[in-house]
Order: sequence, then structure tokens, then C-alpha cells
Amino acid sequence: MVAGATAIEARNVVKTFGSGSEAFNALDNVSVTIRQNEFFTLLGPSGCGKTTLLRMIAGFELPTSGEIMLDGQPVAHLPPFKRQVNTVFQSYALFPHLTVAQNIAFGLEMLRRSKSEIDAQVDKMLKLVQMEPMRNRRVNQISGGQQQRVALARALAPHPKVLLLDEPLSALDLKLRKGMQIELKRLQMETGITFIFVTHDQEEALTMSDRVAVMSKGKILQIGTPTEIYERPSDRFVADFIGETNFTQAEVLERQGDEGRLRLCSGVEIVQQINSLAGIGDKVTLAIRPERIELAPHDDACQFSGTVQNVVYFGTDTTYHLNIQGGGHMTVRLQNRWGHQSVLQAGDEVGLRVPPEAMQVLKD
Amino acid sequence: MAATSSDAPVQETGLSRPELASRANDRAAMRRRLMLLAPAVLIITICGLAPLSIVLAYSWMQPAEYAGVIPQFSPDAWINLAFERDLFSDELLPNFAYYSIYARSIMMAGMTTLLALAVGFPTSYFIATRAPHRRNLWLFLITIPFWTNLLIRTFAIMLILRDEGVLNVILLKLGIIDTPLQLLFTNWAVSYGLAYAYLPLMVMPLYASMEKLDFRLVEAGYDLYASRFQVLRRVIIPLVKPGIVAGSILCFIPAIGDYVITSQLGGGKRMMLGTLIAMQFGPARNWPQGSAIALGLMIIVLIALFIYAKKVVARSNMR
Repeated sequence: MVAGATAIEARNVVKTFGSGSEAFNALDNVSVTIRQNEFFTLLGPSGCGKTTLLRMIAGFELPTSGEIMLDGQPVAHLPPFKRQVNTVFQSYALFPHLTVAQNIAFGLEMLRRSKSEIDAQVDKMLKLVQMEPMRNRRVNQISGGQQQRVALARALAPHPKVLLLDEPLSALDLKLRKGMQIELKRLQMETGITFIFVTHDQEEALTMSDRVAVMSKGKILQIGTPTEIYERPSDRFVADFIGETNFTQAEVLERQGDEGRLRLCSGVEIVQQINSLAGIGDKVTLAIRPERIELAPHDDACQFSGTVQNVVYFGTDTTYHLNIQGGGHMTVRLQNRWGHQSVLQAGDEVGLRVPPEAMQVLKD
Repeated sequence: MAATSSDAPVQETGLSRPELASRANDRAAMRRRLMLLAPAVLIITICGLAPLSIVLAYSWMQPAEYAGVIPQFSPDAWINLAFERDLFSDELLPNFAYYSIYARSIMMAGMTTLLALAVGFPTSYFIATRAPHRRNLWLFLITIPFWTNLLIRTFAIMLILRDEGVLNVILLKLGIIDTPLQLLFTNWAVSYGLAYAYLPLMVMPLYASMEKLDFRLVEAGYDLYASRFQVLRRVIIPLVKPGIVAGSILCFIPAIGDYVITSQLGGGKRMMLGTLIAMQFGPARNWPQGSAIALGLMIIVLIALFIYAKKVVARSNMR
């Protein structure tokens, strides 16, 4: 396998459900290339089309138009059982009439592998997901987290080219979920299988993925590494969906190449990298992450000034909600590195200092 | 005063006044509940237990010359289920005539059950995969034949199957056959008629378990390289097994003792359990024998049901 080679490609995929006036596009001209050995995440709110795309790759849905390619071959004509793709279902969909080991062996038996090969592979999988003591239990006699592991082992056992995971962690409690996130990443590295992971949880997407595709209303808005998606969101939806973001308006006063002089709502003028679409006199939106803002006594180095509205203590950090002079609200999050310093209280006047690279100009 | 709750365990030995009152209330409530049961108990006693006791008593008596029984103890009827007395030596010999009737009845009921299963399984699957608000309509359509008199339905089948019947006429007109096929009065005619009559009894329990089937498991099967047939065999059938067993029992039991359909469509050529019992009460004038056969059939059915309850129900409860 060549690293970086294409595992899955979707070309201009459209999926329309219903017909006539009730028709709506679950997927609207989606193109994406997923590389081999990649942990790729489809991230978006429910109804954005991420599960539809996943089911299409598995073969449970056919595209209305466009093409899905697996290993460079179009797969439209292949039913699910002829695709070297396995799924970990959201509800796990373990066979209740079979034991843990029989569930894991199912795919291999259907592929008519030899008895000794199946036994060896089942043992290997049980070990991989640390479920050896449970091998002869029925799947209703094990906990949700254990069912999750069995579902993973069952899907990995036939060693598919691509593993699809449909929000597999959503039914687990927080602590188990954190553990499984690390486990999934480990499994992906160890097996070298391409993982396509569907989730609406941005934190999950950021911690595990090599690349993330952010989806909304049947479209892919941005594809990039977690850092790219978080640090340089391409538009307002992505910035808003991934983590917390402050939005503030600014006016373009003049521009030179990629750089422009902007006037913030506070009246302060700054020089900032802006996209080519904005012209002089245009309003643009700036996105600023709450943790990138520093609070200081007001001086000339501050871009904004505001009044503390309230203070929320979170343990690891403290969040300040501020009313900004010139309009709007901002949230500032400060880490409690030296313990919680309750220097600021509601009603205090403060200045906000934002490093230029922390301000991201968005296309609106 | 918290002890008025009827299910609070009484810990003290002496009962306080509210506890005594609550006990009296409990007894009154129990009496009221028993009163609700009374009509059912009355009907079961009069229409079920009493006739059954009479049948049981008759089976241990001697036949009277012109029907009826002589109230004298005799185990002959029960012995006759398996053995017949040699006319001359009076020794017990295997009753092969009855054995063949038992075998034929079991075979016919088995054929009927298989036929009903073959038709009922896809039908139930079809209904269970419709949109929820449509399913009741389909079920209703399945039960329509149930509302028509059994004898009339049987005559209708005769009209289709007889030599000048609809089926033969069509085949003759199409030139597929030159002479009418003997369709009526065959084993096939009987199991066809029985399967038709008892199809709803197969479809209902099958549908009930298919409706509960999680179709995501079917998808999981496809995802794990199982072909359509393998998904059916390895996923769907094991999961709806309780329905298959229940439907088969509900179909098999009435089929094995059926009288109307077997005598009409079978032409009475080959004796079956239902016709045998009817004959004992009719031309043979051996009421004890008829009673013993009927009870023997019932005992076997009960044993089969007991085994089913032990095995299948216990297993499905485990889920």
C-alpha cells in the first residue's frame, strides 16, 4: 500500500430523497478524496448528510447522481456484501442470537475462510479489543462499552480496506467515550486500515482525526487537518460549529494585495490578512477564539474594551462574558494556571488584547 | 400511619388497626377480582372441563351395541390405540391399521405446516416491511377468509380442483393437458385446503416476531459479506424462530385433527385421525374408542406444547 494513495473517492455525489415538492438533497454535489491509512472524520450537525454519505460508501444507499470509487474502481453496481468495506453501526447491530466470538467470526464465515484461519483471527481480534474473557458470552450479557468493542472487532476481523464508523461512541458515557477515542486511534494505527468516522461531536473529531470534513445541509464546507479547521475556519458555520468563537464586524478601509486595513467596532484600526473577495467599504466578519484573548487594563495596545458581565468558573479555566464597547458581546476564556484569580468581577472595565494571528477574516 | 400501603411488609407481630383494616380491604379486593374471573371459569367448566371429563370417562368404558357406552370399566379402547387382539388366540398384536392412520395424519399435518410456512413466511416478511400504518390493512386482508364459513370455503376449493373445475378447464383450454388431472381427493388437495384454512394462524405469530426484528441486523449481515440467502438463513430465520415455531404449532395442531377439510377434499378414501374419530362415533358405534383416540391426540399435542414452552420460550426470555 502506498501511503497517500486514494482509498475512497466521491465524485459530485448527489442524493435526493422524496420527489416533487417534497424532494430534498441529502447530499448536494459532494466531492471528497479519502486517502489510504487515514483517519477521516465527517463532522456536522444531524441532518447534514454525513450518515447518508457513509451509507453510500457501505452500499446501503445509491447516489442519485455522481460516483463513489473504492480503490479507483466505481462501486455503484456492487451490493454491500461485495464491498471490502465494513461498518460499525451506531446501535452496534450485534447479532443477539450469537455469542461474542460467533459475532466476530460471522464475516469471516461468510467469506468462507478455513476453520483454523477463522479461529486464529477471532482470537487475535478478541485480544485486540481486550475481550478474551467474554468470548462465550451472549451479546446481551455484556455492557454497552463491551458491545462497542465487539462491534469494532466484528467489523475489523475480515480486514476490510475501509472501516466505516457511524457515531459509534454516542451511546457511551463520557469516561468510556474518552477511553474509546484513544483506543480507536490505536486500532487504526495498528491495523493500518482507513477509518471513516461520522460524528456530530467536534471534540471527538479534533482529537482522533488526520483530516476532518465539516458538513452542513448536504455540502462539505471545509476539509482539513484538525488544526486547520480550528485555526483557519473557512466560513462562519465552520468557525461556529467547531469550538466556541466570538464574531465581530469590521469595515475594510483600504487594501494592498492580501493585506487590508480594517476598522473594528471599537474604532481601533488594524492591518490584517483578508480574503480577496472583500473590497473597500465592505463589512467583514472576524472570528476570535475565546482562549486567544488576553484581558488587561485598558491601554493603546488593546483592540477592544468592555465591561465584565459575569464570571463563570470551570475548574481548569474561567470564562468571562463581556459587553464590548461599540456593540456586541465577547467570551474570553483564561486558564487557571496559577489558581483561580478572582481579580475581575462583574461590572469591571477591562481592555481586550488580541494578537493579529488570532483574528481570522471569514467570507460571510 | 404509613402502613396503609398494602404491599408494605408487616414487621411487627401485633397488627395495628390500620393494618387490620388494610388486610380486610385486600380480601375484599381479591373477592372482587375473583368475581371478574367467574364468567370465564363458568364457561370453561361447562363447555370445556365437563365434556372433557365425560370423554375421559367414556374412554375407560365398554361400547354399547347401538352407540353410547355401558358404564363398566374397560381399558380396551386405550389398548386398541396401539394393539389389536387376535380374533382367535386373543393375543395382542400391533395395530398396523391405526399406525398408518397416525403416520398419514402426521404427514398430512406436516405437509400442511410446511406449505403454510412456505406461503406465510414471505407474506409476513412483506407485511412487516411495509410502512407501519399500512401493516394493519394487510393483516386485515389476510384474515378475511377466516370470516367465511369453513364448509363454504372448502366447497369453493372443490370447485377449483375437480375434474371439470376451474384449474382443469384452464389447463385444457391452454392445451397443456389433454385429459383432466386428478386434483381433487388427493393428499395435495387436502394439504392445500388445510394450509389455506390455517394460513392466518401461521402469518400472525410470524408477523409478530418479524415486526420486532431489527432490520439493522439485516444490514449488518449484508455488511459482513452475507448474500441475501445467507442473511435469511443466518440472521433472519434464527431471530424469528419463536414465530416460526409458534406458527407451526398453531397450524399443525388443528391440521392433525381436522375433519371437515380432510373428508371433503380427501374424499374419505384414506382415513385420517379426524375421520377415524368421527367414524368411531358414527358408523362404528364405538364411543370409548373415539374418546380414547381424541384424548390420545390431545395428550400428544399437550406434550409437544410443553416441550415448546420449555425450550423456545425459555430461550427467547433469555434475550
